[in-house]
Amino acid sequence: MKPPLFAYQAPRTIEDAVAALGSHADAMVLAGGQSLLPAMNFRVAHPSLLVDIQHVAGLKGISIEGDEIVVKAMVRHRELELDEAVGRANPLIAEILRHVAHIPIRNRGTIVGSLCHADPSAELPMLLVLLGGTVVAQGSAGKRRTAADQFFHSFLTTTRRSDEIVIEARFPVLARTAGWAFDEVTRRHGDFAIAGVGAIVRLDAQGRASDVRLAARGVAERPLRLTEAERHLVGTALTPADLNAAGKLAVSAVTVPDDLHASARYRGRVVSTLTARTVATAAERARRRTAS
Amino acid sequence: MKAARMKPAIPADSGDPRIAIALTVNGEQVERRVSVRMLLCDFLRHELGLTGTHVGCEHGICGCCTVHIDGKAARSCLTLAAQVDGASIRTIESVAAQDGTLHPIQQAFKECHALQCGFCTPGMVMNILSRFQDSEPLDLSEDGIRYLLSGNLCRCTVYINIIAAVRRAAELLGQA
Repeated sequence: MKPPLFAYQAPRTIEDAVAALGSHADAMVLAGGQSLLPAMNFRVAHPSLLVDIQHVAGLKGISIEGDEIVVKAMVRHRELELDEAVGRANPLIAEILRHVAHIPIRNRGTIVGSLCHADPSAELPMLLVLLGGTVVAQGSAGKRRTAADQFFHSFLTTTRRSDEIVIEARFPVLARTAGWAFDEVTRRHGDFAIAGVGAIVRLDAQGRASDVRLAARGVAERPLRLTEAERHLVGTALTPADLNAAGKLAVSAVTVPDDLHASARYRGRVVSTLTARTVATAAERARRRTAS
Repeated sequence: MKAARMKPAIPADSGDPRIAIALTVNGEQVERRVSVRMLLCDFLRHELGLTGTHVGCEHGICGCCTVHIDGKAARSCLTLAAQVDGASIRTIESVAAQDGTLHPIQQAFKECHALQCGFCTPGMVMNILSRFQDSEPLDLSEDGIRYLLSGNLCRCTVYINIIAAVRRAAELLGQA
C-alpha cells in the first residue's frame, strides 16, 4: 500500500502555510502523519497537496499560561505525556495519553493533529471536551479561538475552515482538589476503544459532589459530555446507587449503530459501567487530594 | 506462457514530482532526490539498500518497520522520506558493532531464543533500544514489558521469549 500522488510543500512561516493550504481546495495539513499517512496508504485520503508544517516557525513547545496548558501544533504525544510540569498541572493528560496507540506512534503523532483528525473514538478529542479546552486556528482572516464543544462536528470533521491551520490547543489545568479518572474497553492495548469515559469530580466539605464532568468517546459522531449523568450526580454522596443511576442515564448518549466491533446495546452497557467506575475512582482521588 | 513474456511494462521513471532531501542515516550523510510520496521504509530499502528494516502491514500496526528518527522509535511506513529531510535516522544495520559483536539487546534475543523467522525482530530491537535510551524509567514487570512490546506483532508468537529477552537485555545493559 502506497499513498496516491500529491504535491508537497514544507513552508517555514505560518503565513506561507496558510496561503499554501488555501491554494488547493483539497489540500491537507501534514504534522506527525500518524493518522493521515495510514489513511493515504489505504487511499481513503487523497489530498492533492500536503502542507508539511514541521518546519513552520513558532509551532513547537508546551507552556502553562495561567490556568491553561498551551500545546503548540507540532508537539508530539510523547512530549506532552512525559512533561513533568504538565503532569503536575493536570495528571489526567498523561493517564489518557498512555492509552493512545503505542510509544513509537506517540513519538511522532501530534496532539493537535489528533484533535483535527477528530476520530470520535479517539482519546484526545474526548479529553478536550471533558476539560472544556479550546483550539486556536489561524487562517487568511486571522486567528480565532473555538471551544471544544463547537470544534468537533461529526465523524472526522471539525469546524476548522479549509484554509485554517490549528496552531495550538489549550487544555485547562485541573483544580487542585479535583479527582480524575479515565477508563476504556478495548480488545487490545492501543486499539481504538469500543467506548471510553473520562470523569472529573469535585467534592464539597460534606463529601458530596459539587461538580461533576463526564465525557464519552466511541458513542456518537463526536465525543460528548454525559450531561444527564452529570446533573444526576451533583449534590449526591456518590453512593453505589447514585453511580448506577448515573450509569443508566449515560446509556442514551450512544447513538452510533451496531458495527463490527460491538452492538449499540453492548456499547450502552460499556458506557454505563465505565461511568460508574470512573466516577468512583475520581471521587476517591478527590477525597485524597482534599485531605492532603 | 514463458515467464519472460509476463514481465509487466514498468516505466523506468515514475514521473512523480521529486524533492531533494539530505539526512543522516546510521551516521553517514545521504543526499537523494526522491518522489514526494516515497515512504521512509521504501527509501531505506530501495534507495539505500538497507533491507534490515522490514515492511509488514504498511499502516502502523505491526511495528516491523520501526527505526529511530532523531533518536526516537518511529514507524518508517507512516513517515514520508520528504519528512525526514535534515533528520538523523538509525536502522537495525547500525546496532551490532562493526566487527559483528552483537548489541546486548541482540545478544539477549539470541540467548533467550526470542526469534523464530526473524521478520519482526529488527522492529522489536529498534523499539526496545529506544526505550532503553528514553528518559522515562523502564518498567521491567511482566505488564510493563508487555506494554512496551504492545506495538510490535510477532506472527511466530515468540512473545514469552521476547519478554525474557527484554529482562536479559536490561541485565546486560546494567539497567535491571
